[in-house]
Amino acid sequence: MTGPVTAPADPQSAEAPVPSSREVYRDLLVEFLNADERVVCLDSDTGLFNGVDFGKGAERYVNLGIAEQNLMGAAAGLARSGRTPYVNTMATFATTRALEQLKLDIALNDLPVRIAATHGGLSAGHLGATHHALEDLAVTRLLPNLTVVVPTDATTTAELLRQAQELPGPVYIRLGRDATPDLPSDAPPVELGKAQRLREGDVLTIVATGPYPVHLALEAASALDAAGVATTVLNLHTIKPLDTRALVAAARASRAVVTVEEHWVSGGLGSTVAETIAELGLPVPVRRIGVGDRFAAGTGGQTHLLKRNGITVEAVLAAATEALGR
Amino acid sequence: MTELTGTAPAAGAWHGGPPAEHTLRVRELIVEMCGSAGGGHLGGSMSLVEILVTLYRSTLRVDPRAPDAPGRDILLLSKGHGAIGLYAVLAERGFFPEEELAAYGQPDSPFSAHPNPAVPGVEMPTGSLGHGLPQGVGFALAARFDNSDRRCFVVLGDGELQEGSVWEAAMAAGSLGLGGLVAVVDRNTLQITGPTEDAVGLEPLADRWRSFGWTVREVDGHDIDALRAAFDAIPADADRPTVVIAHTVKGRGLPYIEGQTRSHFARLTERPKKRALSTLRAQYRKAAQA
Repeated sequence: MTGPVTAPADPQSAEAPVPSSREVYRDLLVEFLNADERVVCLDSDTGLFNGVDFGKGAERYVNLGIAEQNLMGAAAGLARSGRTPYVNTMATFATTRALEQLKLDIALNDLPVRIAATHGGLSAGHLGATHHALEDLAVTRLLPNLTVVVPTDATTTAELLRQAQELPGPVYIRLGRDATPDLPSDAPPVELGKAQRLREGDVLTIVATGPYPVHLALEAASALDAAGVATTVLNLHTIKPLDTRALVAAARASRAVVTVEEHWVSGGLGSTVAETIAELGLPVPVRRIGVGDRFAAGTGGQTHLLKRNGITVEAVLAAATEALGR
Repeated sequence: MTELTGTAPAAGAWHGGPPAEHTLRVRELIVEMCGSAGGGHLGGSMSLVEILVTLYRSTLRVDPRAPDAPGRDILLLSKGHGAIGLYAVLAERGFFPEEELAAYGQPDSPFSAHPNPAVPGVEMPTGSLGHGLPQGVGFALAARFDNSDRRCFVVLGDGELQEGSVWEAAMAAGSLGLGGLVAVVDRNTLQITGPTEDAVGLEPLADRWRSFGWTVREVDGHDIDALRAAFDAIPADADRPTVVIAHTVKGRGLPYIEGQTRSHFARLTERPKKRALSTLRAQYRKAAQA
């Protein structure tokens, strides 16, 4: 059942054929700045905007320096004044260093701040544990009023950012660092707040979020299908609000649920799925794939760290097999 | 984008009667709230009274009848534990009836011990220290984008200046030259454990702000004329933020607690409350006769 697995090429060593989610975001933000006077870009010296021509939106780009608490607080003040700030920092800084500002200044006031959090999950790769964000989904999904989205590729990044534009409250957008593989061209359109069904099957459901987890889920599903285990793959790109209806429908139609995420195994996607299923008393076992209760093992690029930390097709297959009692 | 609608009074004029009448009434209301079952932050609210009365009766372009009017000046009480001082001033200024303050500390009352924006005139919830000045940077940036001369006043406690986020904001505001941003430091010199200088020292405080690119004014924080003069002169330089270091006395108005660390929080039973109210009135009469 565990057939040969070809892991995606490490984008740090290969020519990136597609833009990374943060590059897609950067280019779209220039468009937003020029199309909508309310939009403000608050940077924390990320370097993402080096050399960018903002056109007539240039005066609404402000580099507030390496100071994330001030970044979040200033965003709240701007939003309270009728602006729509896009704040830029890394996922781990947005959700741990500046968490209190995110909670009290932004979420408590339900202000339309967009937090563009790059370097989500293990995408910071060799930058190490200080730059990995394995806690951000756990932290953000706790906060009332906050919408939490995890785009899967360049196309979904652009789509979800466009759909988030007019949301009245705050939005956390988890972005990556480097380019990641595209979703299959026949993937259904992505809709904020709605799970994206990438495969249909009535034995197993794999729920995934983020670029590599979704690809691992698809790869595992294809191997499982070949072995006679018809598998549904749900891309839960919106962690909050959770598409409970789609999740429950898939879980009811399955004999087991496996979750995959680039995150600590506690607190994030797997937890929200397990909580939902347990609370509704659905009689399906749940298995969670993510980084265990430790700081990520090893050093190196994103795909290496995923493998090194057990976020692999093999792990999904093993979890599925065990959960199905085969 | 948001122009002053004309409903807000002009800055600098005095809107009200004799200042001492207003400050007496505000202090009475603070004492009344400290007499509630939950008690209140007495000392740091009493030290704020002249600062807030001056801002709301003279400096700020705000309209008590239209507290959300676009283009108004913004006041953020970053030292959120001075909430009862702010509530008292807002009520006394007419943002809502004073009688409503009787609900302070009651279940489901909007008057929580830290500022609640459900109360008319309260702009942002504060309480965890070090949040106001970063927010002020945002308000001031918004005013700049709007080509508006609206200002943002952020009232800080002195102990609060030990929070690093204050200095993140101070550095950014100085660097960005946010002339519309004003910090007012309630320099009552005390924090919960004692003098600020015995905890983590703040001095030389004026030099510190100056070195961050701010214009510094120091003033007697209980002298309304001096406060008005200081506030009216802002900004001395359109491209620099201003800090007013207001030298105050914790617990001001009640000589038997003035300058004492234990004045920080009080739950006044009937007798101490009556003593406090009669002390305030006696002082007022004495000053009026002088």
